[in-house]
Amino acid sequence: MKTIISGDQIKSDFINRVSEISGENFFNCYQCGNCSAGCPSVDEMDLLPSQVVRYLQLGLAEEVKNCKSMWVCAACTMCHARCPKGVDISKIMEALRVLRLREVNAQPRVDLTDFSQDYLERAPQIAIISGCRKFLPL
Amino acid sequence: MDKKCDKKLGVFVCWCGSNIAGSVDVDKAVEEAGKLDGVVHAENYMYMCSDPGQQKVKDTIVEKGLDGVVVACCSPRMHENTFRKAAGSVGLNSYLLEIANIREHCSWVHQNNKPVATAKAVNIIKATLDKVKENLPLETLTIELTKRVCVVGGGIAGIMSALDLADAGYEVVIVEKEPVIGGHTAQVSSSFPYFQNISKLLGEKVKAVLEHPNIKVYVNSEVEVLDGYVGNFNVTIKTRPAFVDSAKCTSCGECLAACPVSLPDEFNRGLSRRGAIFIYNASAEARIPVLRQEDCRHFADFEQSQEEKCRACVQSCSENAIDLGALPGRSEEFVGAIVMATGYDLYSPANLPEYGGGTIPDVVDALAFERMLDPNGPTGGKVLCHSDGRIPKSVMFIQCAGSRDPERHKAYCSRACCMYTAKQARLYKRQVEDGTAFISYMDIRSDSRDFEEFVQVGMEQENLVYIRGRVAKVFEENGRLKVFTADTLTGRQITMDADLVVLAMAMEPKAGVRELAKKMNVTIDGDAFLSETHIKLYPVESSTKGVYLAGCGQAPKDITDTVSQALATAGKIQTMFSNETLIADPLIAEVKDDVCSGCGVCIEICPYGARVMNDFVRISEVNQAVCQGCGACIAACPNKACELINSTSRQFLRVIGDFTSKVKAVV
Repeated sequence: MKTIISGDQIKSDFINRVSEISGENFFNCYQCGNCSAGCPSVDEMDLLPSQVVRYLQLGLAEEVKNCKSMWVCAACTMCHARCPKGVDISKIMEALRVLRLREVNAQPRVDLTDFSQDYLERAPQIAIISGCRKFLPL
Repeated sequence: MDKKCDKKLGVFVCWCGSNIAGSVDVDKAVEEAGKLDGVVHAENYMYMCSDPGQQKVKDTIVEKGLDGVVVACCSPRMHENTFRKAAGSVGLNSYLLEIANIREHCSWVHQNNKPVATAKAVNIIKATLDKVKENLPLETLTIELTKRVCVVGGGIAGIMSALDLADAGYEVVIVEKEPVIGGHTAQVSSSFPYFQNISKLLGEKVKAVLEHPNIKVYVNSEVEVLDGYVGNFNVTIKTRPAFVDSAKCTSCGECLAACPVSLPDEFNRGLSRRGAIFIYNASAEARIPVLRQEDCRHFADFEQSQEEKCRACVQSCSENAIDLGALPGRSEEFVGAIVMATGYDLYSPANLPEYGGGTIPDVVDALAFERMLDPNGPTGGKVLCHSDGRIPKSVMFIQCAGSRDPERHKAYCSRACCMYTAKQARLYKRQVEDGTAFISYMDIRSDSRDFEEFVQVGMEQENLVYIRGRVAKVFEENGRLKVFTADTLTGRQITMDADLVVLAMAMEPKAGVRELAKKMNVTIDGDAFLSETHIKLYPVESSTKGVYLAGCGQAPKDITDTVSQALATAGKIQTMFSNETLIADPLIAEVKDDVCSGCGVCIEICPYGARVMNDFVRISEVNQAVCQGCGACIAACPNKACELINSTSRQFLRVIGDFTSKVKAVV
């Protein structure tokens, strides 16, 4: 599979939104891999934390939107503690979750009363937390 | 209205191609300048700095007998010298020529507004003319020059520049903190990229230094005070007390065994232990034991009476060579130039607790590994686990340990680690054939002659396993070391076992360099590396004239680059010494004797130490050789007793007046 990258993609709205919501400049990352080396949740991830950042750096939004890693991240912030460049990946993961939930839900927040008790018990806790964040415009 | 100027002034406006002429109407500027008071000649030319341009200036000075010239062109940094030289060649005092900067200060910043740019250019020319009118003809100052050099630091940088200078016939003084010269290079086993025997290479140079009639070496010594200025420095050197008399000592070693103190040996990076009295290293120059006062029990316990105090070494010595009452020595050396070859320390592994630095014995730094590889080292040249002496079958080399980490450690790249790690891993593989060398790296920087090939041979033929990813954690589990890392190329998190971990720690400036830099009046950067004047064009000059830089004190580098820089420094100093005296710019501060009240504010404020109180007449004087003409004393003086020559307050008030008077756009 050929992957196409372009300047427009790197400057796309989605990428800017991730940066804006997380407050992190992921271009600070020089891909040393320290986050991936120490992440306790990597076993369940499809993309390493450092790879998630790399896809964002290249503007590959679809790959990031569909990755499992953001739902596995427990926001333990071990990556941030070790990062030599001070990038807080847990914040980036949270931004990705928030954006994804809004996109699927097509509304700016998740109302927990919309879901059945059964569903809520099966859903990843981190998704429910992300869904309950304060109202932010879409 | 000012009185009519009696000087004959000339104005030369340069087009600088279209750089100036593109936004300044140069014909208009000449026309306006011609109307100004005192101007007898004004013209413009496409490139005033070219030979024909300079000729125009020279011819006009002669033909019209000009006694003041303004060249309106680029920044004085570019061509002030050019035009002053030209004026000087036809008999006009160079200091009666001034540059009006109408390029950087005018045409380049007003590119879309020709009338305004032209008016501003005329204004700049007018202001500069007003300054020139009161300029005095000056002569350059001459400064005495002592053709001797003090080299601070006896590592490979200090040694190489000292040898070059001494061979050129100049006397050199080396001040070395440790008991022998050689520095960190003496700790290194062999060099990259050709595996040359360092102790042999260095040994020859050390011998050459010690035998050289022009070199005097002060070991166990530090610079205490530096006085003076370029060409005339007075260095006060403090030498630690020589407790062991080298004339009496037979190097029998009895005192070493007698000493009750046991400390990690610094030279062997903690792989062996030493007493308070110890042999510094295995070199021939270090055969006499040294006693470290700060480690010795005799000096530690002030409560004890003389009789109770530890004298174990003294009692063990059959030759009576140890005198615990020895005093520190002080010497003074007069030199014309100083080489700061202060070197580096490795950033302590204790700063990396996540790698077990400072706590796990089998996590060692790169210099400790070098000591293991040295046949004269603590393991006799064998790579061994420091904890139990077994041969490590799996060694993890971690590059960038403490480097390239702006969040917590050093933001910079330590430059030599990629190469010495490859060298160490290859040497390990040669020794332990069934062992595996893993190297954790982020990038491989192998940017010099034969360096890349050296690394490639390691990968291709010696099976070094390079893993691209920064290690997260090293810890002990079941008697082995566990390493958490990642391989970003496969996208896998990796857990692996290792017997020995070698940290390629960041290089940092030698401890104490901040204080030394202050004494030497040399600026340092945020990491305390000594700053050069200009990274491209003046790479070995420090911020103080006559003080030069060489080696890792300026920035991390390998032996190759250190030696290049050391030799460059020696060359620079020889250039300076090729003159009999030094020439200094006369544009410095002067004091009006009858106004100065001797309050001394200027002495406090002077950043160069150029102001001195003449206690006899209570007047603050200017040391002409040291003054850089910065003007700090002029601003500080409460009585307006000092002035900058040719930049007096009177001149500048007129200049400011010109600039603040109403400007009309010239159309």
